[in-house]
Amino acid sequence: MLPSYLTMAAILFCIGLYGALAKRNAVIVLLSLELMLNAVNLNLIAFSKYGVVPSLTGQIFSLFTITVAAAEAAIGVAILIALFRMRGTVNVDEFDKMRR
Amino acid sequence: MDMYTQAAWLVPLFPLAAFLLLTALGRGFRKAGALIGSAGALAAFVLSLLIVVERLGEGAVDYNNAIDWIAIGDYTLRIGFEVTNLTAMMLVVVTLVSFLVNLYSAGYMKNDERITVFYGYVSLFTFSMLGLVLSDNLLSLYIFWELVGVCSFLLVGFWYTKPKARAAAKKAFIVTRIGDAGLLLGILLLFWYMPDHALDFTTIQSVFDGQSGAITTGITTLIALLIFLGAIGKSGQFPLHVWLPDAMEGPTPISALIHAATMVAAGVFLIARTYDIFQDSAAAMETVAYVGGFTAIFAATVALAQNDIKRILAYSTVSQLGYMMMALGLGSLTGGVFHLFTHAFFKALLFLGAGSVIHAVHTQNIHEMGGLASKMRVTAWTFAVGALALSGIPPFSGFWSKDMILTAAIETNPLLFVVGLAAAFCTALYMARLFFLVFMGKPGSASADAHEAPAVMTAPLVVLAVLAAAAGFVETPWNGWFGSWLSGEAEAAHGSGVAIVASIAVGLLGLYVGWLIYGKGGVSRKAAAERAPWLVKLLENGYYADELYAAVIVKPIRTIGSVLMVVDEYIIGGLVRLAGIATAYAGRTAARLQNGQVQTYGLAAAIGFVVLVAAIVGRRFWP
Repeated sequence: MLPSYLTMAAILFCIGLYGALAKRNAVIVLLSLELMLNAVNLNLIAFSKYGVVPSLTGQIFSLFTITVAAAEAAIGVAILIALFRMRGTVNVDEFDKMRR
Repeated sequence: MDMYTQAAWLVPLFPLAAFLLLTALGRGFRKAGALIGSAGALAAFVLSLLIVVERLGEGAVDYNNAIDWIAIGDYTLRIGFEVTNLTAMMLVVVTLVSFLVNLYSAGYMKNDERITVFYGYVSLFTFSMLGLVLSDNLLSLYIFWELVGVCSFLLVGFWYTKPKARAAAKKAFIVTRIGDAGLLLGILLLFWYMPDHALDFTTIQSVFDGQSGAITTGITTLIALLIFLGAIGKSGQFPLHVWLPDAMEGPTPISALIHAATMVAAGVFLIARTYDIFQDSAAAMETVAYVGGFTAIFAATVALAQNDIKRILAYSTVSQLGYMMMALGLGSLTGGVFHLFTHAFFKALLFLGAGSVIHAVHTQNIHEMGGLASKMRVTAWTFAVGALALSGIPPFSGFWSKDMILTAAIETNPLLFVVGLAAAFCTALYMARLFFLVFMGKPGSASADAHEAPAVMTAPLVVLAVLAAAAGFVETPWNGWFGSWLSGEAEAAHGSGVAIVASIAVGLLGLYVGWLIYGKGGVSRKAAAERAPWLVKLLENGYYADELYAAVIVKPIRTIGSVLMVVDEYIIGGLVRLAGIATAYAGRTAARLQNGQVQTYGLAAAIGFVVLVAAIVGRRFWP
């Protein structure tokens, strides 16, 4: 059972990574980040159930991660809205204020 | 029993305390300067005198006390003091002259702005010189040796607003450094070859005295010559004599203290202290004798044609130091040290007298003086005593010591005897010239409103005149007390009729010729200048030694220096600049990577992560 879960998580993670690195729209990038986090959560739960040393810790940890992810999404969207108000765009390529 | 001898380490501490106090007080307290400086020197003198008096009796043993200074592995460097009869004598000479100079300076330097600083320097010098004398090993001697050099530098350049004084101070320091480098090498060689790396004089004495063969003759000669190089620099021997006449730019009391009586005698003292090394090497002894003899005649002839009162005395000092070296080289330790002893008094007297004259007439050119005897009676009389002592006229002190050296020469080396006699003749001649031009004859252009110096300046002159007249009686041809006290061996009467007669004859002859030319006027003063102008020019310029060194040494070194500077500026500096530019360029290039695109950063991080994982996983398949 474990390998299929892990494969599933890996696929999710790769899709998320691709989206985070390649998509122009900042909203999509944020969504992709959530996708990667969920891939990690899936791994945690899979290991807590089918791992070598099954333990409840993984599931509790994933609950924490979901909480943190929710907070992160809230902050991310807030920043995004602020940025949109300032620059009038959600294109990631144009967010290059930190350039030297 | 030998309570004072054991307390000898206190002697240098008095001037040191004076120096610290004066430095702490700063430039105010102008009156305190003379008081504190003189008090420090006086306390040191009293203690030194007590030490000598204590040691006058028969069989005074050398006292040595030392503490551990630095421990390196098994080797322990000790630092301490040693009192022998030689060092006890030096203590008295140094502290006495220092005290008198301190006293004299109260008058001479009265109107100087930095009189407190001056007294501070003098006290520091006295401390260093006493430390040098008391040192029980070569290393601490070397430290004090450099310290007196620093004090000499500070005091020669005391009037540093004069460019000539600055140049002279630099010259004095650099030229003596050449000798110091030799001395340091000699000490290092000695350290290397001595059993147990001992550097204290007691061990040196026993190693070289016992003919133990611990050190081969070749190395001994090398060590002795290197030590002698240090003495050449410090004592103004040819070819490193050039700094001493220039050092006369310093205040005159300093010339008396440092550049006549004490510091320049340190070279002679050093050789006397390490005499056992020299005695083991005939070649080194001969070198010392010939360098000394040559310097004696060389400087005496130069002194004949100088027109600056202090430069005459400076060349005279060089010449007399040459005498001392010659005596040491001829194997007469007593002769050299005895001449050091008497010379300290009469040369300090002559310098202080010259200072008194300069103080009165505000010039140093002897042709502008004249007829000062009636206006400055004390100075004239004491100066005459000093001049007679220097010329070697009995019964003044210089006669006895010079006679002893000439006696040593006639017994061992007739050539040097003749050289010594010729130098003695020149000495008498230039002293007669100096005395008659300055004190006799018609008043010169500068001597119109000359007046006698205040009592604080004439009192030291009188004291020194008494000593210059009488100090010679500690050692006469029929009474070898000084020699036996110094070396601890019973010394037989050593008189040589020929030497006595010859030395009196040349002394009187020199004075007579001088009187004929410059006193009576029987022989034209211009005779020499008319017949051999080149000779007079040659002597006036000190055989062009300065010019020769400037052409042969200074100029090539400057050329090399400027070449090296170009190398430094463009090659070394260029390399450094290149490294800087390359780094800045690399930084600018790398900075372009920071383009503000978060996704690019993320991609780079992801690729890096993949590479890391690939490396860690792939390592498994690597053999």
